[in-house]
Amino acid sequence: MSRRIDAQGLYYKELNQLVRQAFSEGVTEVLLDNVNGQRYIGDGISGDGSIIIHGTPGNDMAAYMNGLQIVVHGNAQDATGNTMNEGTIIVHGDAGDTVGYAMRGGEIFIKGSVGYRVGIHMKEYMKKNPVIVVGGKAGAFFGEYMAGGILILLGLSGREGYPIVGDYCGTGMHGGVMYIRGQVEEYKLGKEVKIVEMTAEDQSILERYVSRYADYFGYDKEDILAQPFSKLIPYNKRPYGNLYTGV
Amino acid sequence: MNIDFRTPEYSIHRDGVRCTNCRICVHQCANEAHIWDEKQKKVLADDIKCVNCHRCVLTCPTRALSIGSYPLEFKPNAHWTPHYITSIFKQASSGAMLLAGMGTDKPYPVYWDHLLINASQVTNPSIDPLREPMELKTFLGRKPDSLKIENGKLTEKMPPQLELETPIMFAAMSFGAISLNAMTSLAIAAEKMGTFYNTGEGGLHSSLYKYGKNTIVQVASGRFGVHTDYLWAGSAIEIKIGQGAKPGIGGHLPGEKVGLDVSLTRMIPEGSDAISPAPHHDIYSIEDLRQLIYSLKEATDYSKPVAVKIAAVHNIAAIASGAARAGADIIVIDGFRGGTGAAPLRTRDNVGIPIELALAAVDSRLRSESIRHQVSLVVAGSIRCSSDVIKAIAIGADACYIGSAALMALGCHMCQKCYTGKCNWGIATQNPNLTKRLDPVAGAERAANLLKAWSHEIKEMLGGMGINALESLRGNRLMLRGIGLTEKELSILGVKHAGE
Ligand code: SF4
Ligand code: SF4
Repeated sequence: MSRRIDAQGLYYKELNQLVRQAFSEGVTEVLLDNVNGQRYIGDGISGDGSIIIHGTPGNDMAAYMNGLQIVVHGNAQDATGNTMNEGTIIVHGDAGDTVGYAMRGGEIFIKGSVGYRVGIHMKEYMKKNPVIVVGGKAGAFFGEYMAGGILILLGLSGREGYPIVGDYCGTGMHGGVMYIRGQVEEYKLGKEVKIVEMTAEDQSILERYVSRYADYFGYDKEDILAQPFSKLIPYNKRPYGNLYTGV
Repeated sequence: MNIDFRTPEYSIHRDGVRCTNCRICVHQCANEAHIWDEKQKKVLADDIKCVNCHRCVLTCPTRALSIGSYPLEFKPNAHWTPHYITSIFKQASSGAMLLAGMGTDKPYPVYWDHLLINASQVTNPSIDPLREPMELKTFLGRKPDSLKIENGKLTEKMPPQLELETPIMFAAMSFGAISLNAMTSLAIAAEKMGTFYNTGEGGLHSSLYKYGKNTIVQVASGRFGVHTDYLWAGSAIEIKIGQGAKPGIGGHLPGEKVGLDVSLTRMIPEGSDAISPAPHHDIYSIEDLRQLIYSLKEATDYSKPVAVKIAAVHNIAAIASGAARAGADIIVIDGFRGGTGAAPLRTRDNVGIPIELALAAVDSRLRSESIRHQVSLVVAGSIRCSSDVIKAIAIGADACYIGSAALMALGCHMCQKCYTGKCNWGIATQNPNLTKRLDPVAGAERAANLLKAWSHEIKEMLGGMGINALESLRGNRLMLRGIGLTEKELSILGVKHAGE
């Protein structure tokens, strides 16, 4: 069952109430038209329905989300997928800062570029292994404090003349892995990360997510994979192990 | 020859006549300060390992043990006290930052001890709480601007409130920093006494979901264990911005303490470091704080009050005003004496301000802006006894959190070594041989007793003031007088000097 809601002129509180109500009434697909900055869409919702958004959702879309698929035909703003537990987000555009902050599970596919601190403090937990795939470029502090999960950065689009990733990439990283298409200059890396050789297993993980990205956004997977990737992992699971002494 | 500059802080005295060499102390001391010497067939001691926690003293069946200061003195020097000299030794050998547990032990002024409580004499009668009704009930949460009453019934929809039978709650302490038995003790005690305990930032253990009605769940920068069931599990959600013992600093639970249970509760892999970044990276402003507050309200359908916990720092009044305007229903202010499982020592001892001054400044500011009713104030960090609670409420608090005092009720002896993971009292440790020393049922009984005793004392003092409901004491600073305070201190506290 699907339900269409016109978000024009609705305050986020009313809009989200309508969305929650729809799911509680057994609707499986909610179509939101004319979304224009309303925050918290999909916030804290569990289940396996979907939300299709036309327009620009506001900050904290899919925060604490637990299931659901959200497709955005437009750009997303900051903190998309904040502390998300499960589900899929597909953004046919760019996204802002701190995408996937502390996310523990689920997948986020961004067609275009993202802002600062994307993937910050992502974690993995038992069978959960969160994934973010960014098709364009990323700002500084990409994967900061990353404690688990997979970050993939493709650099297929994005602002002319800008590097694929900003400074301090992987600062404080102590778990998980990043795959960045092409070369990353050493000086861009946080001091806790290193570049290592790709293994066959890495290649197959990469293929899996790149082919999904290509499917969602109409790219040719082989084209994307033709260029070698840099694999980044933390030096150490305990980067701050010897920082303190007792009194 | 390489000499280790460390010297013992404490000396272990064993009465040779009383000691039967039963070796109980050897088993009781996780710091391995008592050693069984197989050759001599007797128990020996290594003073340098002792942290003065009294565990062996209290478990020795023949009372053969006592602990004292190690009889070693540096040449007296008012500037270079032993603390600074030995700190330099430690840092010169390790190159590391100094770490400490519990709240600061520095002799900063304790304003509670400079405030005196009023009592009724002649002009209004005092009340006997044993024979007359006395109300401690406290509601925490945003209050509406006005009340609509129709046909004698309240028709105004009240924002969600926490209902407390006594104005004392157990402060945030995470599973990881303290043991599950310690948390369970506090959860049971909170349920028994009609108050709340707080999960801290380490998630909620599956066995504690049943105490949800008496639980405040915390959301901190690391977002450990934060998911929808968790947010729905408690009666309120607390956003932790800062902590009195280490304002501006994040947290770091070392991988050694992340065993299976802690890992399941924090929802991170076993053995991995649990790092809480210093800020929430989605909060760089009051507007961002509002965003997080409302993301939590949205996630729980506006059914629970959202608290914001901030450390008492210089600009606390303006920050609290911002938090109230950002939509916080409760503001928790944690003073610089607040306890911690681990904090960098220099931060613990030098950053932040006393809770008494912070509370007075915040309450005055919110009143002057006419937004005091929009938010409840809870104070933490240094509450030692019932009269501290009374004084806090008279200055303007709605309720208090107790952390260190609650742990002392469970057996903590304030050795300040919580960060070592070797708490001999089974509190600040995850070692099963140590945690089993704390029986949650007995612990709950003690923690509940503490609240019971304090509540009685509070009623007694209220009665003495001629007040029969705690509500009438809130922000009633005329019930306080200062003693030995400067004009400036009196004016910040908003109290007159004794004799005035
Ligand atoms: S650390 Fe505690 S148990 Fe060990 S010797 Fe010292 S006082 Fe006794
Ligand atoms: S909790 Fe344990 S380690 Fe910490 S001060 Fe108390 S007795 Fe010492």
